[in-house]
Amino acid sequence: MARAVSTQRKAVNTALAWGVALLIAFPILWTFLTSFKPEPQAVASPPVWFGFDWTVRNYVDVQRQRDYFDYFWNSVVLALGSTALGLVIAIPAAWSMAFVPGAKTKDLLMWMLSTKMMPGVAVLVPIYLVFVWLGLLDTRIGLVVVLMLINLPIIVWMLYTYFREIPGEILEAARMDGASLGREILYVLTPMAIPGIASTVLLNIILAWNEAFWTIVLTTTNAAPLTKFISGFSSPQGLFYAKLSAASTMAIAPILIMGWFSQKQLVRGLTFGAVK
Amino acid sequence: MTFSTRALLGATALCGLGYAAAAQETTTITIATVNNGDMVRMQGLTDAFNEAHPDIELEWVTLEENTLRQNVTTDIATNGGQYDVITIGTYEVPIWGNQGWLAPLDDLPAEYDVDDLLPPIRAGLSVDGTLYAAPFYGESSFVMYRRDLAEAAGIAIPDQPTWEDIKAAAAAMNNPETGVHGICLRGKAGWGENMAFLTTMANSYGARWFDENWQPQLDSREWKAAITDYLELMTSYGPPGASSNGFNENLTLFQQGRCGMWIDATVAGSFVTDPNNSTVAEQVGFALAPDAGQGKRANWLWAWSLAVPASSDAPEAAKTFIAWATSKEYANLVAETEGWANVPPGTRTSLYENADYLAAAPFAQMTIDSINAADPNSPTVQPVPYTGVQFVAIPEFQGLGTTVGQEFSAALAGQKTVDEALASAQEIATQTMTEAGYIQQ
Repeated sequence: MARAVSTQRKAVNTALAWGVALLIAFPILWTFLTSFKPEPQAVASPPVWFGFDWTVRNYVDVQRQRDYFDYFWNSVVLALGSTALGLVIAIPAAWSMAFVPGAKTKDLLMWMLSTKMMPGVAVLVPIYLVFVWLGLLDTRIGLVVVLMLINLPIIVWMLYTYFREIPGEILEAARMDGASLGREILYVLTPMAIPGIASTVLLNIILAWNEAFWTIVLTTTNAAPLTKFISGFSSPQGLFYAKLSAASTMAIAPILIMGWFSQKQLVRGLTFGAVK
Repeated sequence: MTFSTRALLGATALCGLGYAAAAQETTTITIATVNNGDMVRMQGLTDAFNEAHPDIELEWVTLEENTLRQNVTTDIATNGGQYDVITIGTYEVPIWGNQGWLAPLDDLPAEYDVDDLLPPIRAGLSVDGTLYAAPFYGESSFVMYRRDLAEAAGIAIPDQPTWEDIKAAAAAMNNPETGVHGICLRGKAGWGENMAFLTTMANSYGARWFDENWQPQLDSREWKAAITDYLELMTSYGPPGASSNGFNENLTLFQQGRCGMWIDATVAGSFVTDPNNSTVAEQVGFALAPDAGQGKRANWLWAWSLAVPASSDAPEAAKTFIAWATSKEYANLVAETEGWANVPPGTRTSLYENADYLAAAPFAQMTIDSINAADPNSPTVQPVPYTGVQFVAIPEFQGLGTTVGQEFSAALAGQKTVDEALASAQEIATQTMTEAGYIQQ
């Protein structure tokens, strides 16, 4: 039976939730407001909240200096490409770990996750040299592979968690009916795991979109995504806060909108299997 | 096939070959640069370069200063060849030039007039007399102060002040009740932030980072005197939370009329006198960086410069671009399109002999005097084994300067005493220099 909650308690909880949400969203809101301020008002002290001279000049200046759409397109290709490639590798890997685990499967999973704890800069020179030798510097394909490798442990882990929730008997039944391994994964397992795969895809698109170390180091112009676009507007000498805010708003807007529309799926995916 | 048809086909083939040859001759160069007003302006004038050099196509990569340094270092060290022109400062040029990472700029055309470059800047960008980078804009540091506040307080700041003059002026102009602080100085930790200022201040007090044998000297009485006076100035007359203030934060404070004085880069002169951004544009006076009677002033020397990495596969096109972007003609082009006040300062003698420029830039004379007062090859009162005014031109200094800067920033925040900060700094410097092999045990 559901516990009765008083109206007063509900109001307090709602206010608290709004307070926390505002606190978390405040930097984004502030960036958004600053992007419409003239530069002097962007750094005014005490800060100007809403009573400033609203202008879209910063957006015009940002677009004039660098073509946003080139960077946007690269971000889309890198995020989608690395996620798709990651799925192709991770689905069979997660299947084998979930349904035919070996003695060292748990250790293997932990080891995969441990690679996420290594700072990227530790392997910067070797990876850069490999990119030089293979002619992959400033190419989308090179970055798709790197981003896929960075996010692969998370993709495998998430899929493994979802696959473990699927009864093995269903797959056995498919095998009894003569389905090959490929058909079993493609036609039985994958459709059943669609919600899990969807949230994995969404999360990895966000991670790939926001990746700002390798995407800045390994690109110059051709494959440079939005992380590089923002980086160019930061400056320790000179006031560019309003333009930097405009560039940041333009860079995060697509992923923010995508996150807004898919939040239910994301929350469901992230909490999947949390309560047993 | 008739003769005329054959002739037509032949002509078409020739045209095609000619077009292909022309297309092949176009060279694309990638320029890595930082985001500041002068660099953004240069990107806007790319069309003028393309008109004069249709065979060279420019691609720009603009990055934050530290990110640029990391990217370019990685690329040059691994011979990646991603960049053909790089924007670097007077800290990198001597180190990278020595390591053979940069192509020498010893074959610039005669009309470039290399002798017109300001001698201290040219010295800072040369290794053993060979130029390795061409200055795009140069800067020193000086005192910017509020003439109206000084007048109201009944004091006069001399053109060549001492630290005692600065202390007296800070005390006289300090009025926290009205939101005006006597002096604003850098406090944010970093080798290019608070340590740029503190190293020059220490230089003027007779201090040095290392003696002739690379033994750290941070526990000397000269360093103690400099840091003690810095902390006294900032705790008595500085703004609250100064330990997180860098160039941009102090610029904002000064432009909003919250600082009586500010000692920082000469490039700020154009920002604080710009009526569109500064509320005190009409009230700003300038003076040379202070001294302590030791014969050295507390002014630094820096030049954002353009260089060709040795890994570039288009060095000739890169040099052509550099010769254009740092030429007298470029200065004239900026003056025509944006006005003389926006011409990149601090690189050429001829600019400071130009009456139009001197009329448009009230800070021009003090800028050139400040630059000429800095000597990167003899930055301190006592002899030192290194070059560089506000830095030590060795690869270890980036890390060392930032770590020591954190000690002094902590002292400013009240977390450490002067003695504790200097003792830690000395220990860190000794360890770093020993590990790097400068000090033999």
